[in-house]
Amino acid sequence: MNMQEMLNNIKEESKIKLEGATSLKTMEELRIKFLGKKGMLTDILKNMGKLSPEEKKTLGREANLIKRDIEALINARVDMLKKAEKEARLQREAIDVTEPGVAISLGTKHPISQVIDEVLEIFQEMGYEVIEGPLVDTVFNAFDGLNSPKTHPSRDLTDTFYIGKDICLRPHTSTVEIRTLKDKPVPFKMISPGRCFRCDTPDATHSPMFHQIEGMVVDEGITMADLKGTLDMMAKRLFGPETKTKFRPHHFPFTEPSAEMDVSCFKCGGKGCNVCKGSGWIEILGCGMTHPNVHSVGDVDTEKFTGFAFGMGVERIAMLKYGIEDIRHFYENDMRFIEQFK
Amino acid sequence: MLVSWNWLKDYIDINVGVEEFCDRLIMSGSNLETCTPVGAGIKGVKLGRIDKIEKHPNADKLVICQINLGNETVQIVTGAPNVFEGAFVPVCVDGSIIPGPLHGQPKQEGGVKITKGQLRGVDSFGMLCSAGELGFDEKVAPLISKDGIWILEGDWSHKLGAELTEALELEDYTIDFEITPNRPDCLSMLGMARETSATLGGEVKYPETACKETVDDVNDYLQVEVKSDLCTRYTARVIKDVKIAQSPWWFQKKLMSAGMRPINNIVDITNFVMMEYGQPLHAFDIRNIEGGKIVVDTADAGEKFTTLDGKERTLTEDMLMIKDSKKSIALAGVMGGLNSEVLDDTNVIVLESANFIGSSVRKTSKTIGLRTEASGRYEKGIDPNLCHDAADRFCNLVELLEAGTIVGGAIDIYKSVYEAKKVDVRVSRINKVLGTDISREDMEKILKSLECQVSGEGDVMSVTPPTVRQDLLAEVDFVEEIARIYGYDNLPMTLPAGRHITAQSKSRRLRGIAADALCAMGANEIQTFSFVSPSQIDKINLDEDSIERAFVKLINPLGEDTSVMRTVLTPSMLEVLSRNFNRNVENVRAFEIGTTFMDNFIDPNALPFEDFSLSIGVYGENENFFTLKGMISALLPKLGIKKFEFVAEKEYGLYHPGRCAKIVTDADNGEQVELGIMGEVHPDVAENYQLDTRVYCAELMLDPIEELSDREIHYHQPPKYPSTSRDIALLVDEAVAAADLKKAMLGQGHEILRTVKLFDIYRGEQVDTGKKSMAFNLTYRHDDKTLTDSEVEVVHNDILKVLKDKFNATLRD
Repeated sequence: MNMQEMLNNIKEESKIKLEGATSLKTMEELRIKFLGKKGMLTDILKNMGKLSPEEKKTLGREANLIKRDIEALINARVDMLKKAEKEARLQREAIDVTEPGVAISLGTKHPISQVIDEVLEIFQEMGYEVIEGPLVDTVFNAFDGLNSPKTHPSRDLTDTFYIGKDICLRPHTSTVEIRTLKDKPVPFKMISPGRCFRCDTPDATHSPMFHQIEGMVVDEGITMADLKGTLDMMAKRLFGPETKTKFRPHHFPFTEPSAEMDVSCFKCGGKGCNVCKGSGWIEILGCGMTHPNVHSVGDVDTEKFTGFAFGMGVERIAMLKYGIEDIRHFYENDMRFIEQFK
Repeated sequence: MLVSWNWLKDYIDINVGVEEFCDRLIMSGSNLETCTPVGAGIKGVKLGRIDKIEKHPNADKLVICQINLGNETVQIVTGAPNVFEGAFVPVCVDGSIIPGPLHGQPKQEGGVKITKGQLRGVDSFGMLCSAGELGFDEKVAPLISKDGIWILEGDWSHKLGAELTEALELEDYTIDFEITPNRPDCLSMLGMARETSATLGGEVKYPETACKETVDDVNDYLQVEVKSDLCTRYTARVIKDVKIAQSPWWFQKKLMSAGMRPINNIVDITNFVMMEYGQPLHAFDIRNIEGGKIVVDTADAGEKFTTLDGKERTLTEDMLMIKDSKKSIALAGVMGGLNSEVLDDTNVIVLESANFIGSSVRKTSKTIGLRTEASGRYEKGIDPNLCHDAADRFCNLVELLEAGTIVGGAIDIYKSVYEAKKVDVRVSRINKVLGTDISREDMEKILKSLECQVSGEGDVMSVTPPTVRQDLLAEVDFVEEIARIYGYDNLPMTLPAGRHITAQSKSRRLRGIAADALCAMGANEIQTFSFVSPSQIDKINLDEDSIERAFVKLINPLGEDTSVMRTVLTPSMLEVLSRNFNRNVENVRAFEIGTTFMDNFIDPNALPFEDFSLSIGVYGENENFFTLKGMISALLPKLGIKKFEFVAEKEYGLYHPGRCAKIVTDADNGEQVELGIMGEVHPDVAENYQLDTRVYCAELMLDPIEELSDREIHYHQPPKYPSTSRDIALLVDEAVAAADLKKAMLGQGHEILRTVKLFDIYRGEQVDTGKKSMAFNLTYRHDDKTLTDSEVEVVHNDILKVLKDKFNATLRD
């Protein structure tokens, strides 16, 4: 076999072998076999000394061309194999993205706190100051100051918890109205959330401890129209922009005129359903124009200043909003209950 | 207040349907509880007469009735005990429908269809029914029909076979209005008629009170003496030749639709007039009034008295009584006595129409635990001017029902006549409060519709309310009257002008931050009762003299379990953890922010101390002392407490003595302040709460935290030069505390030592018993240059020497 034939063989063999190679390792072996220091092409080049200068030139050029071709072939092939290998790795590494993530548990506030936060935010945006009061308070702040008749049944031992003759667990957050009137100069706008207590035996809709949010505004020129506008706005924020409000006359000793506010049922929109007991309306809160006798407790000039006040039950709102069927859930604190309010 | 729709229309013409009527009255202040149709759901029930009753051949308790339905006679078998020949009864013939429920069965939607059948082998072509089965409340069934079938009053021979609802003109509505305590005048048909008039227009038609004929003189029968000021008026009339009988159906029907049970004509008339006027009446049998004299006076202390309901009551000396010359005969305003009851053979009665001080009746009624229709009305206050009219109306009705002969004249003791006070009401003030522009003319119209008299001119209206409206005493009361009749719906909606900025206390802000931070750490917020059982302090293993026993006690708790105000939150937390653990909730992190209470030992007449506390409780496979400590260590800086220490505490019974720490900080004056306590719950305590797992709790006092809180941020430029760190493993005795080692290292005054972090503790084969190996990472850095190895080496060696000297700590290879 002359050198020309050998070169031709290398050319063909390399082409066949390289194109048949399927791994980078084989490629490396073939590179060594054809192009290595002891490789076939090097061998030929080493033996070229015996040839005539003319042959040397021709064969030399040819050998170099073959070498370049082989190198190009190897490079191309290696690139391809590397790409294929990466591809294969990516495929191999595919995961089930629907498997659960590593758990990071965030806690949640109690639903009662959440409703309080939500209502407070609405009023804080309207410039109300949050003022809290003690849970144990004087009978004056709980009743007398609020213009409650001396014989009012809510004062009875069967209605209000007492710890002394003149000290009770506050039966409503209205105590903070009296405290604020005594402590703060008018005008003011305040909102006061907190716990209240009444002698109710626990059942699905009663709890001896519950929460209220009280609000009070005292200023010049405050009207019942302001009361309606304010609470209507709150209702729309709390229950959705479609919510309608209805103010019904009622009686509270500390307001005159007094009203109860109903909102259009947020479940059925007013058509009547089990939430609103078919009426289309749900009673949400009591409110009214603060009685001058109450303002007088804070030495407010009742001719100059007028104001309104309102109070709402937080549990009731939470139960209606979330469809909670039993008030006792709030105080059982089953984590499976609380965690639903994330 | 139950109002019969048909009865109300006797006093005022109403031109709207019942639904609109209810809606309109709701919006003028008479809130609706329910509106229930009467006589609805009855189809095909006939009016019949029992002509013949025979014994059932196969059953002792059943009888066979032949019932006359005019054109036909049907046979019906019944078990009712009160049937008699000649009785007029509702007859549920085959195929008729009644609202039900059938006696002893649950209520069925759509009513019950009656079909013919056999009872013990005898054909029965329908059934006889009770008032309850026809949809009436059993409580209003006429007394003679109680617990049996309904026996109709009167002669219905001309209506035999007629549809029952048509013959009896049964269809009506019972409307239940919620009457607010300021409106006792509305506890009457006339009161509701006045409200209707003001709301819908129309004149109130007051009842007839005149009698056609009287005989004799009341003074020949009776004397009255009022000895106590608790009785403001006492009006008495006498009726002779009384014939006790059933009231006619038209009369019974009104009472039944208004929720009252017909008893007999005299009792029914007293109830009827009470419903009309809101003025309770009472009839005595004159035979039992000894000495022909009524004395109104307070009871003797300890006196025993048996009321109409047959119960013996023990009286106190502040209770007002109606007496005769020798004994008590009625508990004034509450209930009559059994000893002067009107009986079937009563011939002469004394009618009492009196007014008593509401608070006195209320107290008596409460003390003896007896509330009646009468006491409920007296309690809320009744216009004393009604007594005379109501007594006259009674006599008028006695005449109408032919129940007796009226004795001429009335005894009327009325010392100080109640007159309504004239009130000045400004048009401008009303508009100022309501945000309206209502004219004086329109206001006057409203006030007159409420039977107020208005005089004066200009801005000031001088208003005299009717005496029944004792709630209208000041200008502000009229603001509400104008507003509710004008219509709250017609008031505009505006928002107050804003000239306020919002704010909240530091305490509330900190509580909010704490809650948010703890939620971010995976803890859920809980809320537990503020009142607890005093035994919970025993349950958490605290000493007999511990401060946690300084309870604020409730005078009237619902029970022992809620009888004191909590002094500490952790027991409630343990209850919640226990509940969750025993419901198989595997891991719990929970916190509560709440008030604790402490008896005011400085001034027992002042309010008790209230403080804010924060409790944290955790259990679960990944929880331990240090996870909880980590939570607290992350929380406190958020609350503005930058430096604090955990100090081992062995004495607090709630916790494992070897796994408990107090959390302390230094105040500005250098004094150490306790912020709280944490630890692993003592196994005994865990057992008390049925917690069969390790539980970790903490309780922080938020008030000192608030006081010491500094949430200001102190900025430092990020380091310019690199730091060098060295790891060391120290072999020390078990007793050596990690915090002490760290303190010693940092306490040497080497400024370039920046941080010391414990990153591993090893106990085991590689170290001797009683020893532990603690691995620390120390970081060295200079603010103004890069440290050389030798500069670090000098300091590092000094630190190692100190550790060796102080703790005999050796480096472990």
